[in-house]
Amino acid sequence: MSDTHAQTVAFVRDTMLPEQPPPASEAGVIKWMRENLFKGWFNSILTLLSIYFIYKIVSGAYPWFANGIWNTSSLAECREMLDGMTGACFSVLTERWNQLLFGFKYPTEAYWRPTLAFVLLLVAIAPVLYPKAPRKLLVFTAIYPFLAFWLIWGGTLLTPLLVMVGLIAGYFAFKQFERQSFSMGMLAGLVATVVVIWAGGIFPASMPDLLALQAIPSRDLGGFMLNMILGTVCVSLSLPLGILLALGRQSSMPIIKWICVVFIEFIRGVPLITLLFVANVVLAYFFPPGSNIDLVLRVIIMITMFSSAYIAEVIRGGLAALPRGQYEAGDSLGLDYAQSMRFIILPQALKISIPGIVNVAVGLFKDTTLVSVISMFDLVGMIRGPILASTEWNGVYWELWGFAVFVFFIVCFSISKYSQWLERQLATDHR
Amino acid sequence: MSTISDPPSGSFQLSMLINDTRYRSYTFQFIALILLIIAFAYLGYNLLSNLQAAGLNISYQFLGEPAGYDINQTLIEYTSQSSHWRASVVGVLNTLLVAFLGCIMATVIGVVVGVLRLSNNWLVRQLMSIYVEIFRNVPVLIWILIIMAVFIAILPQPRDFRGEDATASMVLGSFAFTGRGFYSPAPVFGPGSGVVIAVFFASIAGIFAFRNYAKKALFDRGQLIPTLWPSVAILLIPSILAFYLMGRPITLDLPSLKGFNFQGGIFMRNSLIALWFALSIYTAAFIAENVRAGILAVSKGQTEAAASLGLRPGRIMNLVVLPQALRVIIPPLISQYLNLTKNSSLAIAVGYMDLTGTLGGITLNQTGRAIEAIFLLMLFYLAISLAISAIMNVYNNAVKLKER
Repeated sequence: MSDTHAQTVAFVRDTMLPEQPPPASEAGVIKWMRENLFKGWFNSILTLLSIYFIYKIVSGAYPWFANGIWNTSSLAECREMLDGMTGACFSVLTERWNQLLFGFKYPTEAYWRPTLAFVLLLVAIAPVLYPKAPRKLLVFTAIYPFLAFWLIWGGTLLTPLLVMVGLIAGYFAFKQFERQSFSMGMLAGLVATVVVIWAGGIFPASMPDLLALQAIPSRDLGGFMLNMILGTVCVSLSLPLGILLALGRQSSMPIIKWICVVFIEFIRGVPLITLLFVANVVLAYFFPPGSNIDLVLRVIIMITMFSSAYIAEVIRGGLAALPRGQYEAGDSLGLDYAQSMRFIILPQALKISIPGIVNVAVGLFKDTTLVSVISMFDLVGMIRGPILASTEWNGVYWELWGFAVFVFFIVCFSISKYSQWLERQLATDHR
Repeated sequence: MSTISDPPSGSFQLSMLINDTRYRSYTFQFIALILLIIAFAYLGYNLLSNLQAAGLNISYQFLGEPAGYDINQTLIEYTSQSSHWRASVVGVLNTLLVAFLGCIMATVIGVVVGVLRLSNNWLVRQLMSIYVEIFRNVPVLIWILIIMAVFIAILPQPRDFRGEDATASMVLGSFAFTGRGFYSPAPVFGPGSGVVIAVFFASIAGIFAFRNYAKKALFDRGQLIPTLWPSVAILLIPSILAFYLMGRPITLDLPSLKGFNFQGGIFMRNSLIALWFALSIYTAAFIAENVRAGILAVSKGQTEAAASLGLRPGRIMNLVVLPQALRVIIPPLISQYLNLTKNSSLAIAVGYMDLTGTLGGITLNQTGRAIEAIFLLMLFYLAISLAISAIMNVYNNAVKLKER
């Protein structure tokens, strides 16, 4: 082969040339910029526009932050100190942080209680969120709601303790009768819980000062604490309700199915704010005469109904996404309805629904700000009401709203990032 | 075998209501029905006794009584002497107005952002994802209040436009952006303007006819007729001719400063604009994600197949990618419209008089008819939601993949 060209070609190279570096425009930063920023005239214009936009934002916001003042007691003093310069008046945050976080009526000496409850929340929620956390922590998770109630609302520890004992009694009764049938177990558990709580009611009534913290009425709750309470309580309550509603909607029994359909579609069809109006002015008419249910509880009831309808729809999607074979497999193993749901269907359906459930949870947490419309003083309500209306801080819009945006962004963004992480963790299909 | 597995007939026992799966569902449903009736009876009884104790009754008479309050932004004629019913209708129209404006603007922003998030420009991509993340993760109520604060704190007041040393001026001499709201020119229809409008609509119909003709020519004879510039010509030329032939019947009413405020033109109150913008940019962040997901859902093979058939990039987008992407985009898009409409009830936070502000706000507070007012309020939103989901079902059935 090598001498084929011997007569036609004067010179044949028989060694490799050393590699040349690529042209400067095709390597490194320049190549990246050419491909990602200046590919064609349209992209170049977009890039220049974006750079101008970023420059405008930064050049506007930087002096505002850098000249920020943190230690005055009113807006007028801030303006005096700034002396015509652009600058933020962050002192409203340092002076009113307690109102922004806890509301303006919560007793100052009790701030440690919701703070401790919040820290414990992180501990209690860890085993639920992270499958690798020690399982024994789940015991603490089960105790947490009662502990948090006692910490935030105060009163004697006996009340939440009694409810807890009642639920434990109910659990054991359920275990006892579960072998007969699931529904018998539920009934027995319910009866046991009610009986224990009803019978034990004399203890907290007779000893109101045993292990008691200063009792704080729920109308004194406020600030971001109220958003957190409404968010966590309503999401945790609406999950089981949502599962029940979704199963009911999938049921083959027409009456149960239609009850669930009407409930879900009704709730999803109206804005949350009308439901809050119901909580504010109408719901009291439906309680027995003379009973005085406080506003926070009424709002919790309505928001829970609201989010359970949305969660039910998400879980229904998960149930519908399961192949029929899974249902048939449950039947063919001889499991009854409750067993096949608990051991086969729901674990898979819930796993599919996790992103949707987290979306609903984030949406719900954002919607807790709506309670400010019915004159409850959550974070937004505090800003609009007592703080912006006060003579010292009238006109400090950007610092306060910026704070609200910051707080909500941090919480909601981390929740959605968590859900993406969990989705990857739970992906058991091999892709 | 069959004799064994067949149920023994004619020996119904009471215990079968619980133990036999054939009858058990009847038992459960019967129990559920009884519980439901008991619950409703209990709530109804509580309601009646509470109403009796308060000396109230359920009645819709108040809708006919004069409302006695003013509404600062109305689409139909309304005075404080009009009835509560009329005030509610004004509220309904205001709700529909802001929902309509919001849906249009949210769609435009959402589609642009969604497409830009897929752009191959790194900087633009990052900016757009920052926009989406920030707006999706902060409550819409806060955005509404922030934009309202812009009006209160930043934009000039009408008095700033006055005098020699005015600190603010009108844009193009006809638009004024003030803290009270936006003023823009309003068209005034003089005699003969009906002809111009008729010609305008006729030319829109003409465009559709022309496009159909061009399509037919393409399919039947393979003849490619350009459509873009002829369409523009059909749209503009007859209308402009008619406008001048009729002696310029349509004029503009410019807003102008009279006394302490602007007069004339179209006035959009700050609360309407705050609500409109906030709902739009908030919902647009969600729509952008839907659009992005929809475009990504069309597999790359489709684009490549179209390219290998020799289609140009514009046609690939129009004829191959978009029709498939729309099937994924439209259902969540419509539910975002629904969310926007429901979120428009937050108008009450900035004092825009939508239905929640009139019927659920002032009317409720003045008459004390909480149950009736909130019932009507819910009914209205429910009707809108059900109507939109009915439309969505029809659409979904129309575009779903026709499989065997």
